[in-house]
Amino acid sequence: MAFRADVQLDTLGLFCPMPIIKTSKRIKDLSVGQVLEVVSDDEGIKKDMPAWCETTGHEFLGLEEELKGHVTHYRTYIKKTK
Amino acid sequence: MTTTATQFDPQAALAELQEKKPERVTLVVLSGDMDRVMAAFIIATGAASMGMRVTMFFTFWGLNAIRRPGARGGANDWLRRMFGFLNKGGPDTLPLSRFHFGGLGTSMMKRVMKQNRMPGVGELMEVAKDLGVRFIACTTTLGLMGISKDTLIEGVDQFAGVSTYLAEAKDAQVNLFI
Repeated sequence: MAFRADVQLDTLGLFCPMPIIKTSKRIKDLSVGQVLEVVSDDEGIKKDMPAWCETTGHEFLGLEEELKGHVTHYRTYIKKTK
Repeated sequence: MTTTATQFDPQAALAELQEKKPERVTLVVLSGDMDRVMAAFIIATGAASMGMRVTMFFTFWGLNAIRRPGARGGANDWLRRMFGFLNKGGPDTLPLSRFHFGGLGTSMMKRVMKQNRMPGVGELMEVAKDLGVRFIACTTTLGLMGISKDTLIEGVDQFAGVSTYLAEAKDAQVNLFI
């Protein structure tokens, strides 16, 4: 795996806007510089997470896609910047 | 995050705004259709979690979304009392804008949502309050529709009119009418 996360957040099975809402809550528990990994099976997160990072100022590190059975899991990595 | 930060202090809010200058979103929720109200709450909660300051202004049928389930209207005259009786309130009573089919279509849609673990209007509303979205109820239409303040949910931050909305909207970056 290319990215190392300090904290993982599972949002599998949840639809927009829940993954973003959970991310915004969870990131508060991290300290600056730590990396949050958000796992989702909602394809919208590919665009939504970078947009969320751009608006909130946190750093979007990248995305990994993994096919599990017939469902794609999207892993996004966010570095807390403030 | 607390769910109790509901009572709105205009002075404190103004001071906070001048200091932080957050991006702002306002939504006028006129419709009482489940799908439209849901879209409104999805946008509101999304914006709030992006750090924006969100105000929802409920008017006409949109007021049904913030009525306490099963609460009776408190109007004095029989015409408005009748209207309040016919016009059911609460997040779970909202009909779909299309394919309601006397309630059958809406309940089918709700079942599909539940099966897919999609949050309904009531749950989204809880999330919105939790994220600090402010609710304003329009006083004029409350009166017109025979809905009394005490039959609304707890956590309505303000009872106000068009000037309050416009004062908010003129400084907001996103203003939506739903």
